[in-house]
Amino acid sequence: MSLLRPAEIPCQEVVELVTDYLEGALSRRDRRRFEHHLAGCPHCTAYLQQMRETLRLTGELVPEDLSPEMQREFGEIYARWREERGAD
Amino acid sequence: MSTPQFRRPRWIRTSHLDPADADLRLLERLRSGDEEAFVTLVGRHHDSMLRLARTFVHSHAVAEEVVQETWLGVLRGIDRFEGRSSLRTWLLAILVNRARSTGTREARSFPSDTALAAVDPSRFDASGAWSAPPQPWSEAVEERLGAASLRDEILAALTGMPERQRAVVMLRDVDGLRSDEVCQVLALTPANERVLLHRGRSRLRQALETRIEATA
Repeated sequence: MSLLRPAEIPCQEVVELVTDYLEGALSRRDRRRFEHHLAGCPHCTAYLQQMRETLRLTGELVPEDLSPEMQREFGEIYARWREERGAD
Repeated sequence: MSTPQFRRPRWIRTSHLDPADADLRLLERLRSGDEEAFVTLVGRHHDSMLRLARTFVHSHAVAEEVVQETWLGVLRGIDRFEGRSSLRTWLLAILVNRARSTGTREARSFPSDTALAAVDPSRFDASGAWSAPPQPWSEAVEERLGAASLRDEILAALTGMPERQRAVVMLRDVDGLRSDEVCQVLALTPANERVLLHRGRSRLRQALETRIEATA
């Protein structure tokens, strides 16, 4: 095994490294092996692409709004706290 | 929830600030007794808090209670906040403590985490190479299926996750916290956080793949 050529990792292992790769948590050596594999594997490239797409869609979940009832309740929480503070 | 949108008072302008700086400014105003600042702060963080609370407790109503208790706790402890973490991280950590004790009282049982592999092992051959490889998703998938249906799929997958997995995915991928902040909020080691994130993300991808291929 040459020092310059990273050892091959199988696809089944690559998919388990995807999160560490995206989170920047792979060692330099593992990152090289990972990228080397991707460069020659359209399936794992498609997998990574799907994962990126999944993350994009997940990041777009719409916020829930504060209901008027909740707004009123938060007003009460604030008032309660002010009272406590005033009583100090 | 199709309730009217919560309006932030116009004269509290924080949009030009970094969110963390904006929070600190609002906190200063709150400390000096500014109720509008409180309402603005609640509005900024409510959604993240409610969603996170929902991962620990059984019902929406209980989650709302947890969020309210958290804010009361936050107000009471406001002078103890020293700014060593971001306000959001601090808020969410308080929330997790409250939600955990409430969630335990409710004794909710979660589905066990059986899917340990990112991808079903039967999709690989003996050498570990793909035998049933993923198909690239076309750019048009969102238009074809509709954003709402993909969103429902993601929500359903999130709902089916074990509690900690869901909490990690929500905080990291929906709320966009940094991974070190997620660790702080949920009291996890970085390695644990990544394992949970990995399982959660793998599950979401699988759910979308299944949905997309079913309609291909």
